[in-house]
Amino acid sequence: MTEPTPDALLRVAGLGVEFDVDGQRNVAVEDVSFEIGRNEVLALVGESGSGKSMTAMSLLGLLPRNATVTGSAMLDGQELIGLDPKGLREVRGSRVAMIFQDPLAALNPVLTIGFQIAEAVRLHDRRRDRAAVRARVIELLRLVEIADPETRLGQYPHQLSGGQCQRVVIAMALAGDPELLIADEPTTALDVTVQAEVLDVLRRMRGRLQSSILLITHDMGVVADLADRVAVMRRGVVVECDSAERLFAEPWNDYTRELLASVPRIGARLVVTERPSVPASARAITETADAATAPPREPAPVLDIDELVVEYRSRGRTVRAVDGVSLSVRRGEIVALVGESGSGKSTTGLASVGLAPVASGSIRISGRELKTAKGRELRELRQRVGVVFQNPTTSLNPRFSVRDAVAEPLRVHRRLRGRALDDAVDRLLDGVGLSGGWQERYPHELSGGQRQRVAIARAVALDPELLIADEPTSALDVSVQARVLDVFRELQERLGFACLFISHDLAVVDSLSDRIAVMQRGRIVEIGQREQVLSAPNHPYTRQLLDAAPVADPVAQRARREARVG
Amino acid sequence: MKIAVGIGTRAGGLLVVFVGVTFLIYLMVFGLPGDPIRALGGDRPLTDSVVATLRERYNLDAPLWQQYVDYLAGLLRGDFGIDFTGRSVGGQMAARWPVTIALALTAWAIELIVGLVLGVIAAIRAGTVVDKSILGVTIVASAVPVFVLGSTAQLVLGVRLGWFPVAGTAAGWPTAYLLPALVIAVFGLAAVSRLMRTSVLENINADYVRTARAKGLDEGKVIGVHVMRNSMIPAVTYLATDLGFLLGGTVIIEGIFNLPGVGNLLFQAIRSHEGPTVVGVSTALIVIFLITSLIVDGLHIALDPRIRR
Repeated sequence: MTEPTPDALLRVAGLGVEFDVDGQRNVAVEDVSFEIGRNEVLALVGESGSGKSMTAMSLLGLLPRNATVTGSAMLDGQELIGLDPKGLREVRGSRVAMIFQDPLAALNPVLTIGFQIAEAVRLHDRRRDRAAVRARVIELLRLVEIADPETRLGQYPHQLSGGQCQRVVIAMALAGDPELLIADEPTTALDVTVQAEVLDVLRRMRGRLQSSILLITHDMGVVADLADRVAVMRRGVVVECDSAERLFAEPWNDYTRELLASVPRIGARLVVTERPSVPASARAITETADAATAPPREPAPVLDIDELVVEYRSRGRTVRAVDGVSLSVRRGEIVALVGESGSGKSTTGLASVGLAPVASGSIRISGRELKTAKGRELRELRQRVGVVFQNPTTSLNPRFSVRDAVAEPLRVHRRLRGRALDDAVDRLLDGVGLSGGWQERYPHELSGGQRQRVAIARAVALDPELLIADEPTSALDVSVQARVLDVFRELQERLGFACLFISHDLAVVDSLSDRIAVMQRGRIVEIGQREQVLSAPNHPYTRQLLDAAPVADPVAQRARREARVG
Repeated sequence: MKIAVGIGTRAGGLLVVFVGVTFLIYLMVFGLPGDPIRALGGDRPLTDSVVATLRERYNLDAPLWQQYVDYLAGLLRGDFGIDFTGRSVGGQMAARWPVTIALALTAWAIELIVGLVLGVIAAIRAGTVVDKSILGVTIVASAVPVFVLGSTAQLVLGVRLGWFPVAGTAAGWPTAYLLPALVIAVFGLAAVSRLMRTSVLENINADYVRTARAKGLDEGKVIGVHVMRNSMIPAVTYLATDLGFLLGGTVIIEGIFNLPGVGNLLFQAIRSHEGPTVVGVSTALIVIFLITSLIVDGLHIALDPRIRR
């Protein structure tokens, strides 16, 4: 695809990875070739299962024992594939270092961060004495812009935030002055403002240390922000490889085009499809009311939260997760609740189904108070609310077939049996595009997107007045996310339920919602019509969120970054 | 500071457990039908004046709760009372504790070392012949009842081969204790090795272990520093609780190998209706149990910084 450059740092040719599972051979990576130049950032992008992480792990010999790696990877003239354990240890950390997706899991929970970084420092320079090692650790922590490194040394990973943990992992990777840094989804587990900071750290690092980065990600915005060149992977093969500018501007491969088209963009909806901000059913009410020239009567909101405070008690301490939130969702309306992790958005959602400890305030569903409802009344209220959770793998019972999962609410609340139940389940699964042979399958036999569709079908089984969707597409690949969002939108227009859509992704929210509420530290800092919040935000935090989300366009992203940094 | 407060609250809870459990034992031994004083006389009935004197000496004429409070007060002074033949319960136990403690600690050390090592080896070699043989041997060994294992070991290794003394404590530590300790340790050892195997397997594929490898650490350090400490918690819990069991529950083995330990004392006391001795030994065992559970909590806190909040 690109001509071999004489001075490439890493040259991967015909790389393949196979797994031996109970005597069966599964090909994870088929034939991958690419090059990384000196001081260059190459992004390896693709959806889950495309083999991008396997490719990276094979370079450092980190694959499980049942994996066989073929092909070649030359690092500055040294072959990495097939190195013996001793050779691998000499490469790991000192020539090629790696940072990982989930920074909290990547650090040992029972050892201090100082110890963990010092371990890496000592490995690569055995002559240092205690004081020198400590000085180097502090220097590394400064390098990744951690405030007050002397105190941080003695702390454990759980005492640090996700962004700080990722900086520690980066500091650890830099301890051996590696020529190549492999970053495997380095910001996927982080909030967008933290992601922006970590990406800045990586960019400055690269400028200072003259090392190359192999960036593995599924996020086109991150690619646009950091990468010089991009290799797109699909099903174990590199399908397109080009400079970032060219790949984003004129992709020639169909899959690359599809991938880029699935990326949700803020403002895209204005151009593509303008959805009526109030759906047909609700609009009809307003129109009849207008026609009769009666005073315009607002229909009572389906969900009405007033001054909600949620507090969790643990080991004698009280944590206020939601601090005085007021919000209402009318019939047929989608209200998005956005914010970063810990902002209280999920807790607000849980409280709306009566699953969080409400300290004060009120939650009314179709005019009835949820907080004081008990027994039969509570069960009856819950029938009116459907919930879709973030992770369909854990929210579906692994021992229930698709049919059982969707049938359960109908069996319990509607007491449907036999033919009537079968018909209802058929209709629901049809509605989410899972008709035919899917009914007898179990969750582990489905893909992530299919599982989430089952969860959505289950949530709307009782024709709820209110649907709480808590990050329903965050665990999915972009192309799958796009399809699930389509299904969701279609169902909502047909059934006309009120929806509280909880998300951290402003672009997803833009494609779906009527109104947006922005939460920060348990409070709503801004609430308004979608267009107003996204195009003319009032609150600085909303502006910060909007600026931090990288856009999938290298040129535009550079301009935004420069504007943000100053 | 916070750690001290945490341990303090737990110790307070244990005190409640202590009072509750000792009262139950006291109630069961002295409150249930059957008169120990009458039983003392055997076939010949005692005269009323003798019974009255004995009752007074053993404080049996006071109401049960009063007896219990007096007993507790005695305990606080380190006085376990006297048995029906006039010997001090505390003195009898003191003579026997060294034997039981030596036996329990020897068995415990075998469990700890052999169990942990076998568990880690089985996990590292998971799925291989090594793993399967460790699993097989430990399952079979722990399925054999302890008295069968005990008498067989005594017969084969002691009597026939003469590698170990057959019974008694005459040979002193460690010779006299090795064989009985090994027999007791088999069960716990199997449990420890399997707990450790599962736990190491859980951790060996964790992200932070991958990080440790990616740093360039050698496999010994990866396992020794990063995997072990995280994997020890379930095994440590088991081991600490088991130490409590070993200190009190070696009646059968003490019998087979004729070791004059506390288990033996308790067994004889139950057989001869020696109420004060039964209560005294049980109380001492409860205290040991409570202390070991306090140690478990302390170890958890030491091993896992996430609990220290």
